[in-house]
This record gives sequence, C-alpha cells and structure tokens, in this order.
Amino acid sequence: MYGFEALTFNIHGGYLEAIVRGHRSGLLTASDYNNLCQCETLDDIKMHLSATEYGPYLQNEPSPLHTTTVVEKCTLKLVDEYKHMLCQATEPLSTFLEYITYGYMIDNVVLIVTGTLHERDVQELLEKCHPLGMFDSIATLAVAQNMRELYRLVLVDTPLAPYFSECITSEDLDDMNIEIMRNTLYKAYLEDFYNFCQKLGGATAEIMSDLLAFEADRRAVNITINSIGTELTRDDRRKLYSNFGLLYPYGHEELAISEDIDQVRSVMEKYPPYQSIFAKISYGESQMLDKAFYEEEVKRLCLAFEQQFHYAVFFAYMRLREQEIRNLMWISECVAQNQKSRIHDSVVFIF
Amino acid sequence: MSSSWSRALTQISPYTFASIGIAISIGVSVLGAAWGIYITGSSLIGAAIKAPRITSKNLISVIFCEAVAIYGVIVAIILQTKLESVPSSKIYDPESLRAGYAIFASGIIVGFANLMCGLCVGIIGSSCALSDAQNSTLFVKILVIEIFGSALGLFGVIVGIIMSAQATWPAKTA
Repeated sequence: MYGFEALTFNIHGGYLEAIVRGHRSGLLTASDYNNLCQCETLDDIKMHLSATEYGPYLQNEPSPLHTTTVVEKCTLKLVDEYKHMLCQATEPLSTFLEYITYGYMIDNVVLIVTGTLHERDVQELLEKCHPLGMFDSIATLAVAQNMRELYRLVLVDTPLAPYFSECITSEDLDDMNIEIMRNTLYKAYLEDFYNFCQKLGGATAEIMSDLLAFEADRRAVNITINSIGTELTRDDRRKLYSNFGLLYPYGHEELAISEDIDQVRSVMEKYPPYQSIFAKISYGESQMLDKAFYEEEVKRLCLAFEQQFHYAVFFAYMRLREQEIRNLMWISECVAQNQKSRIHDSVVFIF
Repeated sequence: MSSSWSRALTQISPYTFASIGIAISIGVSVLGAAWGIYITGSSLIGAAIKAPRITSKNLISVIFCEAVAIYGVIVAIILQTKLESVPSSKIYDPESLRAGYAIFASGIIVGFANLMCGLCVGIIGSSCALSDAQNSTLFVKILVIEIFGSALGLFGVIVGIIMSAQATWPAKTA
C-alpha cells in the first residue's frame, strides 16, 4: 500500500538504506571537481583524490599512474560497497541489488564475444570486463560460435537465461548481430526489471518506473540515432524498443520511421520532459546529446533520494557512482593528454 | 429474557472490561514505543557508520519513544488503583457498568494514542538521524517536529486520566 512503507520498511531495509545514504554523502562535489580540473598531472589527481573517499584505494599505487589504474581503483571501491550491501541484504532487496548488475553482465558478454570475433586474447578481455558483471563461466564465452551455442554452453546457467528467448538464432555471430543481441538482451532485462519493481509496489515501484522509463526512452533514441544509415530495417528497429516508457507506443512508431536527427528531434519535442533536453543542443549537432541525457539522468537520480523507505536509492546510488567514475575517467584522460580545455565538455556535476 | 446484543453486552462483568482496558493501556503503548524505537534505531545505526557524531544527539528520538511506554505504565498503574470490589448483587448495576466502561475507555484512549505517538516519533526520528548525518544544522529543526509529535501521547494520557477519575463504583453498603 503506497504511503505506509514507513511502518515496516526499516525491519529489513533500514540499516542498508542508512548505509547507502552515507555513501551518497561521499560522492565528489563541485568543489572537488574544480580542484581536479585544475590538476596538471595524474599525480596531482591522485593527491586530490586521496583527500576524498578514494584515498585508501589510490594511495598504494606507484607513480607513474595510468588513467586506467585510476578508473580501475575507483570501480573497485564501488564493487566493495556493492558487495558489502549485497551480503547484508535480505529478500527482496537482495534480488533488487542483483538486478542492478545484470546490465553489466550483458555488457561483459558482448565485450567478450566481440573481442573473440576480432581474435583478441581471452585473458586480456577478461581484464577489461566490469567486475560487477562477472559470473563463473564467463571465460567459456570465447568458445561459442553462434548464439545457440552461446546460450547452451554458457548462458543457460546465468541469470541472463530468460532474456535469450527472443534472440536465439543459428546465424554465426558478427558485428551487426552482436549489437542486435545486445539491444535485445537489454530490452528484455529492462522489461523484467520494470515488472519486478511493479510487483514490489509502493514507493519503489513509482520511483523506479520513472527512472527505468527514462532509461528505456534514452536507449530508444540512441538506437534510432545509431541505426540511421545502417542496414537495420524499420521493423527490426521497432523490435528493439522496450514496451514501457513515455515513448511507448506512439513515440516508438514515429521513431521507427525517422531517417535523420532532425526528425528524431521533432518526435522528441512532443514530449515535455524531453523537450528540455533537446532544447540544449542546437540543430544538427548530436555530440552534446549524450551529455544532455546524462545531466537529465543525474537530476532524476538525485531526486530519488528525496524520499525515504524505498529501494530506488540503491539503484540511484549505483548510477551516480558510475557517472562519477565516468567523470573521473574523462578528467584523467584530458589531463594526461594535455587537453584541459575540453574538460568541461563532458563532466556532469552531481551536486 | 429477550436475546439482543445490548442484553448480552450488559451481562458481561464490568471487571472484564476494566481489566482489558488496563491490559490495552500498557500493551498497546509498549507496542507503539517498541515500533518507534526500532524504526529510529535501525536508521541511526546505519547512518552512524559514516557520521559517528550523530549518535549521542539522536538518542533523544529513542528517549521520546521510550517516554510513550512510560505513559502507558503510569496510566495502567493509576487505572488498577481504581478497581474496587463490589458485592455480587451490585455487579450489574448501572453504576458498576459505568465504572467498568470508563476504565476500559481510558485504557483504549491511552493505548492507541501512545501507539500512534510512538510510530510518529519513530518515523521522524529515523529521518532526523539520516538528515543529521548529511547536514548537522537540520537536527534541531527536526527535533521541534518530534516534540510536537510526542505531545500526542500526552493528550491521550490527559484525557485517559480525566476519564478514569470518574470511574466510581457503587458504595459497598446498600
């Protein structure tokens, strides 16, 4: 019953909600980002970061530092926090936390399959995988030749198994198929997550519906823009859109027939929440679209913390941390390549 | 003997009603206090890991919840002093019934007022702990809300005591 969560939420979730809110207070603020943007070298960045919550993770790294090391250690912090929360959680929070990682699993699967297709070494690929999306049999993905084998050998034992029913074909894997596979899996995952949150009900369902709908719509726009000019047919494109969200179903009809960015823009401007995003970028320019979407996402994620006694704070925290790691990666790369003028192109401030 | 519900109710001994009232006054008040304490306590423990400074101040929320249980105990003790024996010929007199019902009502008033008060203070205490961990200037302001919340229990106690003051059993001599 919506409105009465406060009476029973704290029995199982009170401690973890307080912990995740404590973690949120450790996110980097605008003044931290200002300091980081003024750095000249990666060692300066390391020094500034050791004054924040990342201190214990970075202090043992020897100089010279690489940008990948910085990102790796920051991700490690996120993984540690996540594992701590997961082992303390009871049902249904533990299922909810596991759902958050399925997206990373899908990305890892696609990474390894693509890498194998381009004949890279399996060990090298495993190191690049996101640690939150690891599962036991991931190394055997390199053996599979087509999707049926992929499913039968590896994925049937993982939580991703139910998402495969829509995309099993016997064709061999190639770049186009893999992208379609990625998007089909992600679509099934988002719908599954959405239904799970609806079953939980209450404030969790309400807030997660909003966050997941935005995610679904953003992916729809990205799929549309990335498939303009490729050989993806309109029907195939329409099959990749999720069946919930603001754009469902009429927006999807219009997006499926869009052939360039201005048409996409005219479709999106009919929806007031997305009008503000598209107003920020001028005609014909799509590079800033990513940043505009990230900013809108961060705004909505911060709003999830305004309410107490629901699970969406966990999801919001993981996403905000991810955004912070993206910011740190961008700043480190700009500093390492001496292109500090471009730092503000892609950093999204959280506070 | 016509069989109607009102007949059935007036045949129940007033002592039953009085005893149940006393049980509800202490039992439900303690339920409210315990509920409030666990709501506050779980958030307080989690928030204090990142911000240890909040622990001592936020125990006030727990104390407000505990006060609710104390009100319940006090009223239960007062109510049980109101129980007097009447000769068996007078047990179903209107005067006796009135005394029994008064003690019962007093117990219910105090019990449920304290239940709601305990819940209210507990939920606010949980939000207070989480906000204090982020921004310590918020603590005193949220405490004012808690003080208003704990006044609810006091209203219940006042009305309960007034109610029970008029619980006079018929005199022993005819």
